[in-house]
Amino acid sequence: MARYLLLKHYRGAPEAVNPVPMDQWSPEEVRDHVRFMADFADRLTDTGEYVDSHALAEEGTFVRYDGEGRPPVTDGPFAETKDLIAGWMMIDVDSYERALTLAGELSAAPGAGGRPIHEWIEVRPFLTAPPTIAE
Amino acid sequence: MNELLLRELTPAVIGVLVRRGVDFATAEDAVQEALVQAVLTWADGPPDDPRGWLITVAWRKFLDLRRAEVSRRDREQAVDAEPPAGPVEDVDDTLRLFFLCAHPSLTRASAVALTLRAVGGLTTRQIAAAWLVPEATMAQRISRARRRVEGVRFEQPGEASTVRRVLYLIFNEGYTGEVDLAAEAIRLTRQLASLTDDAETRGLLALMLLHHARRPARIRQDGSLVPLADQDRSRWDTSLITEGVAVLQAALARDRLGEFQAQAAIAALHADAPRAEETDWPQIVDWYDELLRLTRSPVVRLNRAVAIGEADGPAAGLAALAAVDAGLPRRAAAAAYLHEKTGDLANAARLYAEAARSAVTLPERHHLAEQAARIRQTLRG
Repeated sequence: MARYLLLKHYRGAPEAVNPVPMDQWSPEEVRDHVRFMADFADRLTDTGEYVDSHALAEEGTFVRYDGEGRPPVTDGPFAETKDLIAGWMMIDVDSYERALTLAGELSAAPGAGGRPIHEWIEVRPFLTAPPTIAE
Repeated sequence: MNELLLRELTPAVIGVLVRRGVDFATAEDAVQEALVQAVLTWADGPPDDPRGWLITVAWRKFLDLRRAEVSRRDREQAVDAEPPAGPVEDVDDTLRLFFLCAHPSLTRASAVALTLRAVGGLTTRQIAAAWLVPEATMAQRISRARRRVEGVRFEQPGEASTVRRVLYLIFNEGYTGEVDLAAEAIRLTRQLASLTDDAETRGLLALMLLHHARRPARIRQDGSLVPLADQDRSRWDTSLITEGVAVLQAALARDRLGEFQAQAAIAALHADAPRAEETDWPQIVDWYDELLRLTRSPVVRLNRAVAIGEADGPAAGLAALAAVDAGLPRRAAAAAYLHEKTGDLANAARLYAEAARSAVTLPERHHLAEQAARIRQTLRG
């Protein structure tokens, strides 16, 4: 069993094939997109591969400690390049290949015109205990 | 210890119901309900014949389940058909349950969950907690697995190697819930070994015992890793080591070597050394040669190179490492270690840092980053 985080990016990932921003979709297109996501999560619950998922707010803030007694530095020099994570889904699957397959399906969520958006999904393995091997 | 007793009895009771013609999924449900009732009513200790009690209650639960779904006449027939509860041969049933739960048609995730529930007697909640997934997710995984093996005839023999692989996976999960999965895997492997006359299953049991014996010394209180050479050997569990070695020797005497026996032999040689410097590295290299012959695994090739580095010196180790696939996790860590031994500190520091970036666990990443920092400090003088 291996656990992966599937990450959707607002920015910072290569451009999607169907890159019309969501705020320019029709209400029906938005509903279809949301339903696709919900169905996907339901299906993975049925297969026993779903762990958790959440969408995140569009704006994030970078914070850094800036020395004793000073306020933390927020959102300093990185505003141009910052990569915003739109949402994530945690899955618990048999193999890396399975994680890639599911990420591929998630990437086919419908967007403008009901066509798949082909967005990039980042697949990040969890760091977990290694299998016991003889030292 | 009622709970452990209940879990030990679980596979036999499921087996009896299936043998009486109940389908596997229903039998499993009925037994889970009987277990719940047992937990409630055995508070002051188990009855004289716990197994007979469980079979009787599980059979009643099955009839209840059946009553809910069939007509009144069918119900009466079922009651009439009720056989008397009594001693039933259960050894073969438990073994078949092991094979069924590790059936090759199941994914590894499903096989693990089903084995823990049907053979191990764990509840869905406990299994979900151990894997840190929602209970509903685990419930679905288990019921899908049960549907998948529904058509599998109970008599069909499975692959013993698949069962061992499932138990090994359970052992490696460690513990995050209320049940220690390593201990549970040992208990189940013990049970499997008692049911089969099989050298490799005993090899697996020995391997688990020997690794488990070292667990108290392997991780510091802050969660950081302690390398084998630095472990406080007085914290190893000597009774587990003694048992592991005895199980291994009996297995090896059968003269049917397999990879688990070879791995256990290496673990035993480590366990046998009173101090790290007294480790019998030449013999460990011999066992890695055997293991390589049995598995051809790149991980084994890597470990063998490290062992050669200890037996014949770091230069020999580096030469052996040259044949290991460059993309293998932990290869950089092994190379760093060997380079440091040859005195090539600059390369060692660079390789430790590289290894830290590709580490597969957080404690490992921290450990390797610390090694890199330590050597850089030395280099700066």
